[in-house]
Amino acid sequence: MVDTETLKITTPSDLEIEMTRVFHAPRRLVFDAHIKPELLKRWLLGPDGWEMVVCTAATKVGERYRYEWRNAAGRQFGIGGVCQEFHAPDKLVALESMDGFPGEALVTTTFVEEGGKTTLTTRVRYPSKEVRDAAINSGMVGGVSASYDRLAKILAQ
Amino acid sequence: MYISVRLYNHTVMDRTLNLDSTFAALADPTRRAILARLAKGEASVLELAAPFAMSQPAISKHLKVLERAGLISHGRDAQRRPRRLEAKPLADATKWLEGYRRFWEANYRRLDALLEDLQSAAGSTERSKRKSK
Repeated sequence: MVDTETLKITTPSDLEIEMTRVFHAPRRLVFDAHIKPELLKRWLLGPDGWEMVVCTAATKVGERYRYEWRNAAGRQFGIGGVCQEFHAPDKLVALESMDGFPGEALVTTTFVEEGGKTTLTTRVRYPSKEVRDAAINSGMVGGVSASYDRLAKILAQ
Repeated sequence: MYISVRLYNHTVMDRTLNLDSTFAALADPTRRAILARLAKGEASVLELAAPFAMSQPAISKHLKVLERAGLISHGRDAQRRPRRLEAKPLADATKWLEGYRRFWEANYRRLDALLEDLQSAAGSTERSKRKSK
């Protein structure tokens, strides 16, 4: 088992979030894990205790995709979107929305391989501060109480 | 005592969960460095400007952005009173980023495991192909 790589999150603007993470695998595999339902179900699981009950993926421009999760208490939540760009194995762009929340986010995912490792970069751009704040407040990104230790970590980035 | 008075300052209380100005404030390396310095204790404008090859007016512009976001505060006499960190808005931004981070870290750890399985499965397929030749 390899040492876990670090997830880097930044906010390039007040409407965007960018995540970067390195994987020890060729990008073809990382890309496939993002578009094949049988693979998606094994990792895109949301918070602990949620199970993926619907998983349809898009593999060309204009196709819709749909993911739904359910927890033990029976709460259900879904995300869906339309593929805007599909460039295997290096880029995916989609317009995505979460159930119950207004607006769509533009999600751009890129896969860059070097030396057998793949850097995955995901940029989410919200159409407005209101939609972004609604996403923030949703249960899927549930909060944790902060402390000065966490503050120090953020400032160290 | 001075800090608790600032926390109840009506300007901070009027601002509902407003992460926009917090993120705009954080999206700059100089401002992040200023906050990091203030996390260690209050400082004057001169002390804050010292590490940067930047004029005092330039630093003051950054301080204004941080003040508008409610991230730092200063005494009535802006010239002489030192700046200090205001905890609440940064705590809100931290809380959101932490939740988001934990969610995606969990997913990506699962993806690590999946990718390892896929590669070792491919490896053993290769080995059995070679053996049967």
